[in-house]
Amino acid sequence: MGWKFSDDVPLYQQIMDGIKQRIATGDWVPGQKLPSVRELAVDAGVNPNTMQKALAELEREGLLYAKRTAGRFVAEREEIKGRLQEEMMQSYVKEFLGNMESLGYSLEDTVALLQKISDQEERKGE
Amino acid sequence: MEELIRCKGVSKKYGRTLGLEDLSLSIASGKIVGILGPNGSGKTTFIKVLSGLLMPEAGEVLIDGKPIGTESKALVSYLPERPYFSDAMRISEVIDFFEEFYRDFQREAAERMLQTLGLDPERKISALSKGNREKVQLILVMSRKAKVYLLDEPMGGVDPAARDFILKTILTNYNEDASVLISTHLISDVENVLDDVIFIKQGRLALYKSVDEIRMEENKSVDALFREVFAC
Repeated sequence: MGWKFSDDVPLYQQIMDGIKQRIATGDWVPGQKLPSVRELAVDAGVNPNTMQKALAELEREGLLYAKRTAGRFVAEREEIKGRLQEEMMQSYVKEFLGNMESLGYSLEDTVALLQKISDQEERKGE
Repeated sequence: MEELIRCKGVSKKYGRTLGLEDLSLSIASGKIVGILGPNGSGKTTFIKVLSGLLMPEAGEVLIDGKPIGTESKALVSYLPERPYFSDAMRISEVIDFFEEFYRDFQREAAERMLQTLGLDPERKISALSKGNREKVQLILVMSRKAKVYLLDEPMGGVDPAARDFILKTILTNYNEDASVLISTHLISDVENVLDDVIFIKQGRLALYKSVDEIRMEENKSVDALFREVFAC
């Protein structure tokens, strides 16, 4: 799995987002055991302290949990996946609308445009 | 986390040229720290002072509480800027040399990493490419169970794939209670693995901050900040 990082946000936050995405898309499943901090850090090409910080934050948010000797796991509550998907959809849509606004499109313009594209796609499918 | 490196008022001159000027700082265990600065800023001088190769004219340096000397040197694993192995030696002979010289050298670790690289230990140093020479040297340095790793330009002049190997080797092998100091001007390549960065400007400490702080406070990468601080 590839990791891509941008410059202006602290890395541990980007790692948290990356892990949330993995849980939301089902790449990581509830109850799954995580690799060690060091392995995850090497895989992502980041400092183990940074990885540790991201995992600790995700634990606090209840998305991961640690068993004293057995390691760290993805939380087993099924509703988490739905919650994360919801969060991600919200942020995608907000980003999209922000981009459209900067191009001078109002919300109504954007909705109309989406409708137009959707109609075109439908006609192509016929 | 405990203090592993302490410098107080360290100065070093080369004739009338300034190497380091009144440098004071402290580095804790478990950290990967970037020593960053343009060419000639004093990075290598700083690393050499910590390794005990250069004596400062003024100031105090302590490694794990010990002044620079035999005891401190035993705790430090140092990768010089330029390879120093004799061309005539075989890789296996260099390994023998390290094993004999350093009590904390782990032969199996070195051999395992060489195997990953697909390098036959019977090859001569002279037969290795520049990139492989640097990799072999790093493997040996990281195969010691040291408290402080001093890596002077570990990725100078190697291709991007070799850089990835070198970073992975560092991340995989350092002890959690050790500190790793990486001096480099290839900032964008290393900044994701760093906890903290130290900017050295004309021999003086210009900035000492965590990478997270820089990103949060300045909203920019260490690389971008570096270009600002050292703009010509």
